[in-house]
Amino acid sequence: MATLKEVQTKIVSVKKTKQITKAMNMVATSRLRGAQTTMEAFRPYAEKFSEVLGNIADKAGDDASPLLTPREEVNKINIVLMTSDRGLCGGFNFNLIEAAEKLMNEKVSQGIDVSFTNFGKKGRDWCRNNKQQINKEYLNVVGGKFGFNVASTSGQELIDGFLDGTYDEVYVVFANFQGMAAQPPVVKQLLPIPVIETAEADTDDTSYIAEHIIEPSPDELLNEMLPKNIFIQIYNGLLETSTSEHAARMKAMDNATKACNDMIDNLTLAYNKARQAAITMELMDIVGGAEALKG
Amino acid sequence: MAELLKLEVVTPEKYVISEDVEIVMAPGTLGEFGVLSGHTPFLTSLKPGKINYKDASGKEKALFVSGGFSEALPDKVTILAESAERRRDIDIDRARAALERAQKRLAQEKADNVNFERAKIAMYRAIERIKIAETRGL
Repeated sequence: MATLKEVQTKIVSVKKTKQITKAMNMVATSRLRGAQTTMEAFRPYAEKFSEVLGNIADKAGDDASPLLTPREEVNKINIVLMTSDRGLCGGFNFNLIEAAEKLMNEKVSQGIDVSFTNFGKKGRDWCRNNKQQINKEYLNVVGGKFGFNVASTSGQELIDGFLDGTYDEVYVVFANFQGMAAQPPVVKQLLPIPVIETAEADTDDTSYIAEHIIEPSPDELLNEMLPKNIFIQIYNGLLETSTSEHAARMKAMDNATKACNDMIDNLTLAYNKARQAAITMELMDIVGGAEALKG
Repeated sequence: MAELLKLEVVTPEKYVISEDVEIVMAPGTLGEFGVLSGHTPFLTSLKPGKINYKDASGKEKALFVSGGFSEALPDKVTILAESAERRRDIDIDRARAALERAQKRLAQEKADNVNFERAKIAMYRAIERIKIAETRGL
């Protein structure tokens, strides 16, 4: 049986841990709210954009942009891996990295070289430890406050790399925020741009969408929109990953706080038992001593 | 009073404007254009520049857009821009710094370079921002 002092020290230490996990849970909750607001603010733009893009893609030629053309031979690919910068968020980063690793192994087994672009320290560290080639790393983005310009700068670099043949395909791995309980990793092909879904034909808008005057030509307009589409996807990935990170951390910290409570309960029980045992022992000593004195 | 149409200016970060207006003037890539209620469906890309509009009370207002797209429908104009700022939100010092930077880069790069094109666009953006910020009474 542990001594009284030992148990007491342990209780104090667990209580301190609990304070930390509780505070982290609260911070994550408030950040989550912020991240969700940003995500919602972005939705109207993204929706309108894809609607317009769908219309244009319909009218433009198939080979309007080099961003649409798949390479005949794929030798090198780049994976954009989005993870968080900080840990203590359960299996969140592990899941993302696992998804990236699966994609990587699949490509390597086909004899394709893989390189990485990292958003977030956790993914970067994993790449380093596994001696993967890192093209570019962006830290302190995911989970913090960032603007659209982060997405357009990094997106432009990816497009440049694709056009000059540094890599033939680009994939992005990010966490899809489905709600508090589920943030599964998603793998998406960024470049070459997969076939764009054209606008649904059953909306009331179609009658006049069909008669749009388009300036400059559909091809030129598409050429301007496609890079932006990439930026939008990256921005969306970053927003979703950030939101998911906070949600995952909230959950993890909530569990940790609960675990702390359990431990405190158990330890308090142990402490009380130990104390009672000590008292009983002392009493027995006294009684024994008194009996002995009586002779 | 003229019939109104809805003007919506949307950026990835927020809804900048959503209000009923009389007329909208926007800087299309092939030239400036104006939209009144009942316009033919029209889709164009935008240059960095100024969007002028007259609100329901007939007051003229202006807005900076960094380029993007505009879709005009008979009763609605949607502008999708990477960034859009009202005059009072323009950071003129930042715009001036950006202008200087862009000019420096233009002097260094060769004319057919991609970076040259980008610097040029950055310069236009800065110039337009400064122009709007310095216009009075908007």
